[in-house]
Amino acid sequence: MPVALFVPCYIDQFFPDVAIATLELLERLGVNVCYPEGQTCCGQPMANTGCNQDTEPVARRLVKLFADFDAVVCPSGSCVSMVRNHYGAYFSPDDAEFKHVTENTYELCEYLHDVIGLDHLDVKFPHRVSLHQSCHGLRELRLGQSSESMTERENKVRNMLNLVQGIQWVEPDRPDDCCGFGGTFAVNEADVSAEMGRARIADHCGKGSEVLASADMSCLMHLQGLIRREHNPIQVMHVAQILSGRPLGSV
Amino acid sequence: MLPIVEHPAAAKKFVTDPNRSRWHDQALWFVRSKRDKQAASLPEWEYLRETASQIKTHTIANLAFYLQQFEDNAIARGAQVHWALDAAHHNEIVLGILKDHKTKRIVKSKSMLTEECGLNHFLEDNGIDVVDTDLGERIVQLRGETPSHIVLPAIHIKKEEVGDTFHQHLGTDEGASDPKYLTEAARGHLRSKFLAGEIGITGVNFAIAETGGIVVCTNEGNADLGTSLPKVHIACMGIEKLLPRQRDLGVFTRLLARSATGQPITSYTSHFTGPRDENSELHIVLVDNGRSRLRESESFRAAMHCIRCGACMNTCPVYRRSGGHSYRATVPGPIGSVLSPTRDQNTYKSLPYACSLCGSCTDVCPVKIPLHHQLLAWRGELVGKKLLPRSKRLAMKMASRLFRSPFLFALAGKLGRTALRVLPHWATHHSLNTWTIARELPKPPKESFRDWHRKHRAK
Repeated sequence: MPVALFVPCYIDQFFPDVAIATLELLERLGVNVCYPEGQTCCGQPMANTGCNQDTEPVARRLVKLFADFDAVVCPSGSCVSMVRNHYGAYFSPDDAEFKHVTENTYELCEYLHDVIGLDHLDVKFPHRVSLHQSCHGLRELRLGQSSESMTERENKVRNMLNLVQGIQWVEPDRPDDCCGFGGTFAVNEADVSAEMGRARIADHCGKGSEVLASADMSCLMHLQGLIRREHNPIQVMHVAQILSGRPLGSV
Repeated sequence: MLPIVEHPAAAKKFVTDPNRSRWHDQALWFVRSKRDKQAASLPEWEYLRETASQIKTHTIANLAFYLQQFEDNAIARGAQVHWALDAAHHNEIVLGILKDHKTKRIVKSKSMLTEECGLNHFLEDNGIDVVDTDLGERIVQLRGETPSHIVLPAIHIKKEEVGDTFHQHLGTDEGASDPKYLTEAARGHLRSKFLAGEIGITGVNFAIAETGGIVVCTNEGNADLGTSLPKVHIACMGIEKLLPRQRDLGVFTRLLARSATGQPITSYTSHFTGPRDENSELHIVLVDNGRSRLRESESFRAAMHCIRCGACMNTCPVYRRSGGHSYRATVPGPIGSVLSPTRDQNTYKSLPYACSLCGSCTDVCPVKIPLHHQLLAWRGELVGKKLLPRSKRLAMKMASRLFRSPFLFALAGKLGRTALRVLPHWATHHSLNTWTIARELPKPPKESFRDWHRKHRAK
């Protein structure tokens, strides 16, 4: 069976190029990718608001839709964490389809790193890049070592970007402070959220970064909204776009 | 009934004043960075966290046994043990001891439990002169405020403001803000209070079941001075402070100060095992005040592991920008947002939402409380009890409907994107659309991914 591409709802509607870049990258690496029609959302907006009854049917739909694939790949740490770490609340633990889907859903960099074992890419991106580590990728999926934790871990997102030629890394003072998106938090606590985002942007801009790269487009949607409002001299790009060879300014 | 806390509104003044919120953020991040250095200096850091978590899990599971053992051993050492069901009961017990000794003046070292019980106000209402001897708490007390942080009670106050407060109350020079000068002035002021204090009240960091002893950790030595001069020492503690054995203590003292302030250990770690001599008294007040109820909850029981180090506050990006007072609770920040709704769900229902679910608190916690997952669990509880505003519940119901139908989802997306493209900027970016108050909406693409895929990959 082929691998299923899971495209988060907001990427489908607002950032289709992130999904196209993901698809093209996987195809180029010889993965047999299929995009199952009828997919919508993982249910995270409802789940993170505590509306578990409203989440359940959405979670069940997703599992049903992806149950027949060997693996599911998604360019969002947050949505993958929802499936892997939080779907347990909506299924019986011995539900075979649920087990199969939660155990075989991967964030894109994780899939490239752990399953494909990618060690070469013929792609250039000659720019000053800084990494925005999304909290859910970092602390829920453990795509890297969080700054609080003393357990050493490889950083899978950075390892993948290190395969791209020409990237000049720029390091912010705070490697993994939250950007303040947080789903409905961004609206519910709008003042705090915006202030958190501004601090991240100032940190990355202050170090001379040209591109804020992240494996989570939701953080970037929020940060880009602030950057465009405040005319900060920095752009955002999803990691999938850089890995697939998109030029600067693709978002 | 307490007024309902609306965290976003309560935080607004603080967070929208960059001079305050950015300075506060930097001050706490500095403490968090010190913690990181200390944690990294111990190769066994994660092992210590895991061990501490297991010791606490075991102790809380066998709490009745260890409480009994502690009481027996404390009495055998000559201490007097009191049991308080709730805050009011605790305050009555303390007042009773003061009355027995005809005491009018007490010196107190830091205790979040007495803050939780509102002891200061209660005693003052009963004609007792209460002096907080922790410098931060004294500053807060002189200003008629409450602590905004459990370890750094005056972290929200700038040194210039401390200078104003001391000028007014202690007669320091007007406009003075040199921390050394101000601390010296506080020292002189407190010295006379220590000498006049008739009874010393302290909190408790750890209580050891096998010895019946208690341990108090401070940096200023005020707990020692406050209990060395008076003949009577009252130690107030929540029942979750227990550790089974003396040898368990080292695990926690190694974690506590490193997590709290980034010090290897607090300047003073004071052990009290029974009263000082035959002319002295040691009273230990064991307080429940909702803890047994918390212990019964599968979802939130692990919050009883908390050793009140404050690391989750220092690391919380919301706390750092909204300040401790925005939580309107004795314990603010992530652990406070877990604990406060256990006291009153309706009053504190906005606190579990004052969190971006970043998970930094969970990773920093020295006793491994899964804080951000507990905050998420609280949201489910609150929605189940219909405590989330109707408009928000309805919005989620509608979102759920949309996500169950690919047709409706695609249609809504298309309409939304078209509207964004054709409508003028002012029609989509205004104060009623909260997203756009500080941010732009994404530029809407003509085509969704699903449309693109149908065109380019259709088989």
